[in-house]
Amino acid sequence: MLDAIDRKLIATTQAGLPLVAEPYRALADELGLDEAEIVSRLGQLLETGAIRRIGAIPNHYALGYTANGMSVWDVADEAIAEIGARVGALDFVTHCYERPRHPPLWPYNLFAMVHGRTRDEVRAKVAEIAVLVGPAARAHEVLFSTRILKKTGLRIAA
Amino acid sequence: MDPTEKAIINGLQGGFPLTHRPYRDAGAQLGLSEGEMIEEIGNLLARGQLSRFGPLWNAEALGGAVCLAAMAVPPDRFDEVAELVNAHPEIAHNYQRDHELNMWFVVSTDAPARIDQVIAEIERETGLGVRAMPKTREFFVGFRVEV
Repeated sequence: MLDAIDRKLIATTQAGLPLVAEPYRALADELGLDEAEIVSRLGQLLETGAIRRIGAIPNHYALGYTANGMSVWDVADEAIAEIGARVGALDFVTHCYERPRHPPLWPYNLFAMVHGRTRDEVRAKVAEIAVLVGPAARAHEVLFSTRILKKTGLRIAA
Repeated sequence: MDPTEKAIINGLQGGFPLTHRPYRDAGAQLGLSEGEMIEEIGNLLARGQLSRFGPLWNAEALGGAVCLAAMAVPPDRFDEVAELVNAHPEIAHNYQRDHELNMWFVVSTDAPARIDQVIAEIERETGLGVRAMPKTREFFVGFRVEV
């Protein structure tokens, strides 16, 4: 589990890593620790999955990826483990989850988010997913976002 | 966007080294000097093309909880309901989508028990049903946006 120092490390790096030649030493100085401890803790947090990855976190919209399609699929329960893994492995799928159905309005249990420069580009990618999924999906749809009503970063208490 | 910026975005969406001089070491792989790396990343951040440069924390692994939820909001009440939903600090994202379920938001809390409370509050305030869609399984994505 996370200890108090990990929590401080989260708070200190939530805005990003210092843009200096020795960023881990800069963090260490700020937290009153030594560089080796910062590096070893970050490595541990990566290993346990508390940190998903370290690097550039792109802003899709600012990069021109303004079409955001949530593709949703009604996949037979016995096939979802295999299908989900294959869909998630596509390089243009940014999130891929199984979620509960809410019938009759919402029969879908597999969600795969697809970004593109245009809606047509997203539709073409969804068509690729459809080929991959094949008859395991009884139905699918793409829900495009028409407006961003709110977008804030993840907030983690220190 | 020039080739250097593309190289940084495409080549560095993970795997930033845990070394004494990580910008130098990452730059070596991309054919850039340490100074260029620091400057270019700063420029991409200043222009908003990168939201951040650093660790991407996993809220759930940190003890928090995240849940997607959807509502079917009557069109004539849409803006009013959006305001009520967004007023909750636990709402991280909220999107309008083209479906009968036309409002999709993410509830993000420090503790899992808070998710149901926030959803219940929204139902009470709006008089509308909220469909919780917590993930029951996460499939691995190796996502890299290519520019």
